Amino acid sequence: MSTATHRDAAEIGRTAKGPRAVPLLGDQRAAGNLSSVDTTIGNGLRVLAVRKANVPLVELRLRIPFAGADPLHPAMAEVLAETILTGTARRDRIEIDTELALIGGEVNATVDPERLSVNGSALADGLPTLLDVLADVLTSASYVDNEVGRESARLVERLAVSRTQPRVIAREALLKHVYGDHPVTREMPEAEDVAKVTPDAVRALHARAVLPRGSVLVVVGDIVPESVVSDIEKALQGWQADAEAAVLPPLPAVTGRDVLLVPRAGAVQSQIRLIAQALPRTDPRYAALQLANLAYGGYFSSRLVENIREDKGYTYSAHSGFEFTGATATVGVDADTANDVSAAAVLETFYELGKLALVPPTEEEVESVRQYAVGSLLTSTASQAGLASQLSALAAGGLGAEWLAEHPARLAAVTVEEVAQAALDYFAPVRFTGVVVGDAESLAPRLAALGGFTVGEPAQS
Amino acid sequence: MPENSRFTLDNGLRVVLAPDPTAPVVGVSVHYDVGFRSEPEGRTGFAHLFEHLMFQGSESLEKLAHFKIVQSSGGTFNGSTHPDYTDYYEVLPSAALERALFLEADRMRAPKLTPENLANQIDVVKEEIRLNVLNRPYGGFPWILLPPVLYRTFPNAHNGYGDFTDLEQASLDDCAAFFDTYYSPANAVLTVAGDFEPDRARELIEKHFGDVPYRPAPPKRSFAEPPPAGEVRDSHTDPHAPLPALAIGYRMPDPINELDGYLANLVLAGVLTDGDGSRLQQRLVHREPLVTDIGAGAGLFGPFEARDPDTFSITAIHAPDVSPDRVLSAVDEELEKLAANPPEAQELQKVTARWAASLHSEHDRLVSRTLGLGSFELLYGDPSLMYRLADRMAAVTAADVAAAAKALRPDSRAVLVVEPENGESK
Repeated sequence: MSTATHRDAAEIGRTAKGPRAVPLLGDQRAAGNLSSVDTTIGNGLRVLAVRKANVPLVELRLRIPFAGADPLHPAMAEVLAETILTGTARRDRIEIDTELALIGGEVNATVDPERLSVNGSALADGLPTLLDVLADVLTSASYVDNEVGRESARLVERLAVSRTQPRVIAREALLKHVYGDHPVTREMPEAEDVAKVTPDAVRALHARAVLPRGSVLVVVGDIVPESVVSDIEKALQGWQADAEAAVLPPLPAVTGRDVLLVPRAGAVQSQIRLIAQALPRTDPRYAALQLANLAYGGYFSSRLVENIREDKGYTYSAHSGFEFTGATATVGVDADTANDVSAAAVLETFYELGKLALVPPTEEEVESVRQYAVGSLLTSTASQAGLASQLSALAAGGLGAEWLAEHPARLAAVTVEEVAQAALDYFAPVRFTGVVVGDAESLAPRLAALGGFTVGEPAQS
Repeated sequence: MPENSRFTLDNGLRVVLAPDPTAPVVGVSVHYDVGFRSEPEGRTGFAHLFEHLMFQGSESLEKLAHFKIVQSSGGTFNGSTHPDYTDYYEVLPSAALERALFLEADRMRAPKLTPENLANQIDVVKEEIRLNVLNRPYGGFPWILLPPVLYRTFPNAHNGYGDFTDLEQASLDDCAAFFDTYYSPANAVLTVAGDFEPDRARELIEKHFGDVPYRPAPPKRSFAEPPPAGEVRDSHTDPHAPLPALAIGYRMPDPINELDGYLANLVLAGVLTDGDGSRLQQRLVHREPLVTDIGAGAGLFGPFEARDPDTFSITAIHAPDVSPDRVLSAVDEELEKLAANPPEAQELQKVTARWAASLHSEHDRLVSRTLGLGSFELLYGDPSLMYRLADRMAAVTAADVAAAAKALRPDSRAVLVVEPENGESK
């Protein structure tokens, strides 16, 4: 590229006609109403079936509350999730995979401290097979010894890989710092616990905890909701139990206190993770708080991103968002930054919290986040998979499709004053705590200068 | 797709329209026919750095305005840099279609390239590299680490994220030259998909893009180079990885001019590693077991995103007491078996049914449908090919897959071994 063959940067950036005006928005059409059924079938399972027929697929999301107080529970639950699809009374592991593959299907199981999730999808005409495999797994997963042994060994290797990920290290440190030894902190089991899990223990856990009552199944796709509900009722009639699936004990409220600097010697980047108590979606003030969060760090045009990424270049990504657990919610702030700017990034992050609480969002800011909240809801629910995941998350909080349909109106009704009040009540810096994980030698002196920092491992705090 | 859904403006901009009224949202994307394979030597990472700069303002829009306008219209946006193209997109409520077209047109016509924005985005990109590569186990594996083993020439072998020294030396004049060479309308494809009325969209496209001046598209470069004459090996020490890993890279048929051969490789990848019943999963994960995870695929970011030459890769993470050669010889044996005895009909059906479902699922997400149509227009000159892929894949025969397996030869491949740094693993 020689300089003779191209314009310079200034020439490129201007035209004879000059700057032009941004076009106005046109009229917006609302999303069409979706036909749906939300019901509880005979075995106590709530079923939410929605017709969305853009493509000939079906998406399935099953959530089973799956809490446990046993210290070995996280390890047993993780091994159960890894092996629930490895064989049943009627099918071995390869037969399950083959039958699903032939209908273009996938099923996977994951577990966290709150619930066991079994998610699947297939070509719509394969739904009978998908339901048959699901029922088979729920009622007769066999957990044969060699599958449990081999998957446990793989799990130990995967845990080793995960625990070297900075975001995983930071997540574990944050949860321990905030919730002590509440079961919610045990998102990943300890490797030595996994080694103790026997096939018998997994079978016993399945028998007492994989229960329909209290669980929710969401089905979205090229389906007829009414007939799908009766298909599900038929397919799952063998899945019966009187007990309720186990719900996680309530979380203690997060209160503001010192941020913990967790040393990670030699790290080239630090993880900043802050957290404060927030409001669940069922709260009448949730919509206002949702807008306040967006204005803070919940989307790219937020105050936090503009400050520490676009203005100062401290980070590739900075973000704030809600996490919903049981009947409660928290708001978290995260950014990953180079060592020499980490303390400055923390300063700016707290500065923006204080500023949001004290210098209310302008009308323009509120209109921007309002449009974004409505638009991103439209976009995220425009696909079958997106809609299924949204509905599943809502259903876990006792909500349904009507909440999605009504939410744009709730967002439209929020006033600028309500957003300002939510910001003051929930984003004040004193409400926050959290962790910074990084190279303590380079970070500690500067963070100490900011105040409100303790150095240490979270287990000891 | 109907014939009138594609047209070309006088300035050379190719346009693809794909109306779909099922949800009130619209996707707009622009693909530029330049990726990191076109970077000048000494400017590794430049195409990606430039992608960042294209969001930093234009004649009508100050810095940050692009993000604000998209998001305050209810939309989302992003861009990404690939070996052979760079894409930009917005997905918005359909009322914001004209705005999205305006935004893309304004930066195609007159982006604001300033020293401040360049310096700021060099910092941001360096943080992105720290986040995704330097501070993470298996960062850059295999997409940054494998190409320099498999390829000899700068375009194919270099780091597409870039070296810090190269990034820091990028100048504003480099940016200007890059823009004038590659970011002309004749070197781009505009795609609009979703909820809109085609005639109205065409008017709006003429209105906003029509006066972006014509500049010639750069002549198409070939990145061809011969496959390795033997097996080439290299190793990389990863300070964060707890377990060793292995990547095998092979050259594969030209994705554009030998599409059916390329698709046979995709089916082969599925037969090898897709699902518990696949050949390498069964043997290496469940039966023997030698590896924690194994995967195979065409293209280091996925299929259909590069011209020739493209890479077929097999990657595995394995226990420290398993040697890379044990994994390699098991892979070679399975490939030989497939080459000698073509797969069963049911094995192919499993792979092609899963591909059909995953293609439907991709088309259902507006953002991937928009980007897919744009990249198929750019690379293949045929956006509707995207909708025919499932049938083309279903037509791949067992003999085609056997032939593809036979072509993955041990004496013409790259082997990259990732070794954990001693002491770090626990």
